[in-house]
Amino acid sequence: MSVETSLIRTLIAERFGGAIEELGFSHGVHAFAAPPDMIVQLCRFLKEHPALRFDFLSDICGVDHYPEAPRYEAVYHLFSLPNKWRVRIKCRLRDPPRIPSVTGVWRTANWHEREAWDMYGIRFEGHPDLRRIYMWEGFEGFPQRKDFPLRGYKDKLNPFGAEGPPPTQPDLATKDIP
Amino acid sequence: MTEVTELSWPEADAPHTKEVLLNLGPQHPSTHGVLRLVLELDGEYVARVDPHIGYLHRGTEKLAESFTYTQIFPLTDRLDYLCPPSNNLAFALAVEKLLGIEAPIRAQYIRVLMAELARISGHLLITGALPLDLGAMTALLYAMREREMIMDLLEMISGARMHTSFCRVGGVREDLPDGFFPKIREFCDIFPNRIRDYERLVDNNRVFLKRTQGIGVISAADGIDLGLSGPNLRASGVDWDIRRDEPYEIYDRLAFNVITRDEGDCYARWRCRVDEMRESVRIIEQCLDQMPDGPFQIDMPTIAFPVDKDRVHCSMEALIQHFDLSAYGFKVPKGEVYSAIEAPKGELGFYIISDGSPKPFRMKVRAPSFVNLQALFGVTNARYLADMIAVLGSLDPVMAEVDK
Repeated sequence: MSVETSLIRTLIAERFGGAIEELGFSHGVHAFAAPPDMIVQLCRFLKEHPALRFDFLSDICGVDHYPEAPRYEAVYHLFSLPNKWRVRIKCRLRDPPRIPSVTGVWRTANWHEREAWDMYGIRFEGHPDLRRIYMWEGFEGFPQRKDFPLRGYKDKLNPFGAEGPPPTQPDLATKDIP
Repeated sequence: MTEVTELSWPEADAPHTKEVLLNLGPQHPSTHGVLRLVLELDGEYVARVDPHIGYLHRGTEKLAESFTYTQIFPLTDRLDYLCPPSNNLAFALAVEKLLGIEAPIRAQYIRVLMAELARISGHLLITGALPLDLGAMTALLYAMREREMIMDLLEMISGARMHTSFCRVGGVREDLPDGFFPKIREFCDIFPNRIRDYERLVDNNRVFLKRTQGIGVISAADGIDLGLSGPNLRASGVDWDIRRDEPYEIYDRLAFNVITRDEGDCYARWRCRVDEMRESVRIIEQCLDQMPDGPFQIDMPTIAFPVDKDRVHCSMEALIQHFDLSAYGFKVPKGEVYSAIEAPKGELGFYIISDGSPKPFRMKVRAPSFVNLQALFGVTNARYLADMIAVLGSLDPVMAEVDK
């Protein structure tokens, strides 16, 4: 247990009470679990607190824990340039997955969130431009979900795909995006 | 009789501007691959830029979930194809952290040596390609000449010019070949002079200087906000290098300078890379001087292939070990790791979640080019189209890494 772990933990506990759960320190990263609705406040706090200054967002990553029950997860990796610390924030999301966008905290979150939307269908609320980024417009389904076949679904362009129509999820269709 | 309508010309002083949509790419030499930029042009001014990526999307992360850890190495090669050894290294380090093992010291030196060769190879391309984008062709041809020497060295080590796949979890595939040391020493002697040649070619080129100095300035705060890393961020004056600040492998035994510039313009980004090549040569020379004898692979039959390949043909145990590792792989304990290295393009991170099986449950690649390319939004708004080419070239994205 290093000094920095206890510092980060106490500062977070002071500000957020018991809402943020600590997941321990492993392989150079301090991990925390946060409820999705607190992610923006937590990120802003970590970024702006003078003793922490996690000013660099390394990565946002979607995870599908199918068939576990809250199925989805958004994972944030933060880095503190002045202190050289790393923090991981994990938010478990219910189906259909929604989480507030952190594009207001870091501009770099824009494409990371678009990728997580494209691959997992995690909807980042408040994102200025939540479109698909890798797959083409009009593509149906979210390819990195665990129930999406590795070779895709069979159609006229993809004769080697799995049988069965692509799952249509009208409530998650791209057109609905505000 | 057809009615003749009189054509009316806009009055000379009346504003007659209409925004034009222009597709730059996906097949365009200055987009460094298959990047499509939808530009909204107001005359020569770029009013808005909307990058479309994904033309090269191969689903590396999805594929990795169905591959064993050893099989993933060739996938990582194909991320930043200019510098595969650093991608291999980043992935190997992440898996080794999960397993709680460390490669033998000699293997670490070989990996660092190869990663630095790869850094030179990657930087050489932009050293030549940025002037090429701006109309100066000569530098690229000279840079390719030196890059060929690196290709030859990598071929000598691994048998492959580009996709080396030389790292393994717990070491490297083979020991360095005979006759490698004199060859690489020769390269280290020649190369610093060649860097001076590029500088003489490009640094005195007034067109190049005019088109890069003061163009596409990114401040340090903007760079951090946009997630830039590597030489792109160091050119804005942020003194951050993962090799020094979170040393992995044997970087803490090596002396090298972290190159930073204050200007944050296209020229500074180019300059940073040129100077970094000198430091890489220094690192390689130190690796050669310090390289210890010893095994090149960890001594763990459950993870590493048999060192002596001939034993596979005459020893039952070695055969089983080889078969088991090839067909089934090795189990990695449950857990998750985020491990980042200083790749030539910036912070290359692998986030791996393991569920205890021989295949990763989730592998996320934090590709530096993907994030760096996004910064194009931040700098190119309301800029001349010609400047945007310079900015794009100086950010040095590799589309294979952007699209994963």
